[in-house]
Amino acid sequence: METLVMPAINFAAIMPETILSIVAMVLLLLNVFVPGEQKAYLGYLSLVGIVVAFFSVVSGWNAPLSLQEGFNGSVLQDNFSLFFKAIFLISSGLAVLISDHYMVKEECNHGELYPLILFATAGMMLMSSGTDMMTIFLGLEVLSVSLYVLAGFKRADTKSNEAGLKYFLLGAFSTGFLLYGMALTYGATGTTKIAGIAAAAAQDGTLSANPMFVVGMLLMATGFSFKVAAAPFHMWTPDVYEGAPTPMTAFMSAGPKAAGFAAFIRVLMVAMPVLAVDWSSLLWVLAVLTMTVGNVIALTQNNIKRMLAYSSIAHAGYCLVGFAAGNGEGTAGILFYMLSYAFMNIGAFAIIILVGKKGEPNNNVEDYAGFSVKHPVLAMVMALFLFSLAGIPPTAGFIGKFYLFSSALKAGYIWLVIIGVLNSAASCYYYLRVMVFMYMKDPVEEFDWMKLSPPVLLCIAISVVGVVVPGVVPSIILQLAQKAILL
Amino acid sequence: MNQMPALLSIITFTPLIGVILLLFMNKNNHSVLRGLAMVVTLITFLASLPLVTGFQSNAEFQFVEMVPWIAAGPFQMNYHVGIDGISLWLVILTTFIMPIAVLSTWTAVEEKVKEYMICLLLLEVGMLGAFISIDLFLFYIFWEVMLIPMYFIIGIWGGKRKVYAAVKFFIYTMVGSLLMLVALIYLYFKAGGGDFNLLNFYQLSLDPATQTWLFLAFALAFAIKVPMFPLHTWLPDAHTEAPTAGSVILAAILLKMGTYGFVRFAMPLFPDATAKFTPLIATLAVIGIIYAALVAMVQEDVKKLVAYSSVAHLGFVMLGVFALNQQGVAGGMLQMLNHGVSTGALFLIVGFIYERRHTRLITDFGGLSKQMPVFATIFMVVTLSSIGLPGTNGFVGEFLVLLGAFEGGLRWYAVIATSGVILSAVYMLWMFQRVMFGELNNPKNQTLKDLNAREIAIMAPLLVLIFFMGVYPTPFLNKMSPAIDRMIQLSTTKYAARLQQQVPAGLQQMAPMVTTPPAMEMK
Repeated sequence: METLVMPAINFAAIMPETILSIVAMVLLLLNVFVPGEQKAYLGYLSLVGIVVAFFSVVSGWNAPLSLQEGFNGSVLQDNFSLFFKAIFLISSGLAVLISDHYMVKEECNHGELYPLILFATAGMMLMSSGTDMMTIFLGLEVLSVSLYVLAGFKRADTKSNEAGLKYFLLGAFSTGFLLYGMALTYGATGTTKIAGIAAAAAQDGTLSANPMFVVGMLLMATGFSFKVAAAPFHMWTPDVYEGAPTPMTAFMSAGPKAAGFAAFIRVLMVAMPVLAVDWSSLLWVLAVLTMTVGNVIALTQNNIKRMLAYSSIAHAGYCLVGFAAGNGEGTAGILFYMLSYAFMNIGAFAIIILVGKKGEPNNNVEDYAGFSVKHPVLAMVMALFLFSLAGIPPTAGFIGKFYLFSSALKAGYIWLVIIGVLNSAASCYYYLRVMVFMYMKDPVEEFDWMKLSPPVLLCIAISVVGVVVPGVVPSIILQLAQKAILL
Repeated sequence: MNQMPALLSIITFTPLIGVILLLFMNKNNHSVLRGLAMVVTLITFLASLPLVTGFQSNAEFQFVEMVPWIAAGPFQMNYHVGIDGISLWLVILTTFIMPIAVLSTWTAVEEKVKEYMICLLLLEVGMLGAFISIDLFLFYIFWEVMLIPMYFIIGIWGGKRKVYAAVKFFIYTMVGSLLMLVALIYLYFKAGGGDFNLLNFYQLSLDPATQTWLFLAFALAFAIKVPMFPLHTWLPDAHTEAPTAGSVILAAILLKMGTYGFVRFAMPLFPDATAKFTPLIATLAVIGIIYAALVAMVQEDVKKLVAYSSVAHLGFVMLGVFALNQQGVAGGMLQMLNHGVSTGALFLIVGFIYERRHTRLITDFGGLSKQMPVFATIFMVVTLSSIGLPGTNGFVGEFLVLLGAFEGGLRWYAVIATSGVILSAVYMLWMFQRVMFGELNNPKNQTLKDLNAREIAIMAPLLVLIFFMGVYPTPFLNKMSPAIDRMIQLSTTKYAARLQQQVPAGLQQMAPMVTTPPAMEMK
């Protein structure tokens, strides 16, 4: 009789996920007993969970391999995934901070919101540290299913329902691509392990010419492109971003996008370096398309949520530039950029939440006319976020773009970078347009209804720090990002 | 040398302290806000005076400060600042113009005074920083930082088409500067890592083909800023819509960023490309001189006329600089200062009458000299200085430029450009005649008040400079000339000659920091 081999279970490798899941389950239970007007406490509790998970992430930095690896090599909590986990936690923490204010205002203050955010975050984490395609898929599903619900969270609002349904249908569709790609890759290499695929490809020189392997890569790239909203797989983004509750839009644009990149990078760079020539040129095309489509369509948007949705497509394009470079700087650039993007985008959405009111979301650019007169500080902060999105120094957005573009230059992609910077210049137009209304037009209505809720202001304050400090003294975070890329 | 430590940083960041103080001030107390901005800019000016007295007349960068700033991955950026003879006077011009600009807003700006002062001071930080940066990355940061306050100054306090003008200004500049950034990073990798120290880049030997592309990227950014024909279309819009102080700063200092960029970066870094493109740039400069003068002649709006005269004047600067001899470059540099003084003064004058009559159309005026004799006198002096009458500053600069271009390889360009001098007399004097002389038949003009004490105080320092620089330009030229010599030498040492030179001392010092050169193949 064979001896039963126990799989190497190592909870240290999934500590942050475990913490979040436990807190989420506790919250689900508590939710039953907490009356409607006190749901905010659930938010505070989930914040506690997020902070504890964050500490666990910090303590895992540079841990020995024995602590990082677990579950028979399906999970590897290396610095790369830890950096991403920090991004996920920051974006979910900021999203929780702005949720209560919005949900109370929109009268859909259901307690399930917070557990869903935590589950989604746990899913993202699993995606970033998965070293087995099955783990990555598992994380992706945990994330996606939670997000479908979150997108349609305003039950009474048809736009929100549309967002949820659309996201679900297209998400399921893209998952199909991804799974099919994984299956083909398994068929070609006989393993689902990332390291195993790389080893198989290294041993068998014919594999890189094997159509099954190549098509597997292409299908997986398609699936991930859906998740990071890269053109031409971006169609779901504007509708979902517009319809979803604003805090969830903020969350979706920052966290899940980063999670998509985490898995995308690991699969292509670690498992399939033999196909680097193929995926590099594929990403080149994707990057150009994504930047251009995102920016050009954003130019014509009047709804600020839609505008930021298209801008988020463009930002995915900038990250793809760094990805196409395929070098360490590019990956570090993506890490840095995703972190900065979380701060600047969620910060901008926090202000959008403050400006909106029940029944009148005030989502059009015109609604910001004269904003600076009534709320000079908030207008200034909004301008800061927009400048950072446009990539103007001295903000984190500039340093991030600088890094991404220089990595591509280093790899010799000069035309890609030139297309990128021209896109970046064009993007200034629509970011400036918001500022034009805030600063250069006379107010058409008062901003009297605005209630400055402390958690939202805290979110904005954190975002300001997160945009300005890495913009002026980026060394520390850049060095951390550099250490995180040793996959 | 007995130099005060960190003097340049103190000068550059004093306005920033002013910004922070302003943020905590009551926004309704306008006189305090204005007073504070005034005091801050005056302190900055006074603090910058030791730069002149302490400056040694040699080609080296002085008052140098070097602090490591960003170190990550393949990059090393430093806070590396210093001035040489080329930047010295531009720094002084900046600190000198700023108090005047602030003073000119006293009654012109009544709305959002606090924000206006913050924008002005931030702008000063950006401009000073760009002039003193030796580290190219730092230069780029300051270069971009300038954009934001100027965008708001035009867009918030501007005229009817302010939004159009502001956005046009921003996007134009942004396109140019982003391409420059690409070239900058490319240059960095070509240099084999290390840092963004300009002095190291000066020693590079780049093959002519690479130089061509890099020069084009840099030149585009600077040519937009200058602005050179045919990239000048943003300028008349920006000038016409900007408030007085904005126009003054735009004309006096921001445009100089472009010409300064050519002198400091584009030409010495890429000598072969400079030689290759000199005919093109000289042609564009001459077209700019003639075309802008002709367009200025038919303008109905005084401010637009002055704006087009700027394009013409900057054409002279470019012509002189690309002559690449001592007279030409020195003339160009001097013309940059002159243009700052006289065009700044012209915009102030336009501001004075606009404040009184809320119109700038030439046809709305006539015979003002009877009603406003002091104003007429000052206007006359400034007009003559702008034309370049001997005895005023304008003459020295233009003369040196034409001389340099004539002596250098640009003889025929100089001949054609000389007609621009005549044309400038035509449009300026004609405008002056229509505004100041003739019948005082518009009833609204018959009650105009002459300049008050504050307005005279604004103009007085400019008038003094107009004559001083016209009669005795030697101190300016003396401090500049060693740096100009070096610039000319760098800009004319071609690839072949550079290859033969030994590895200079600057690079050897850098050796420990140089990382392995990255692969740079075209894909």
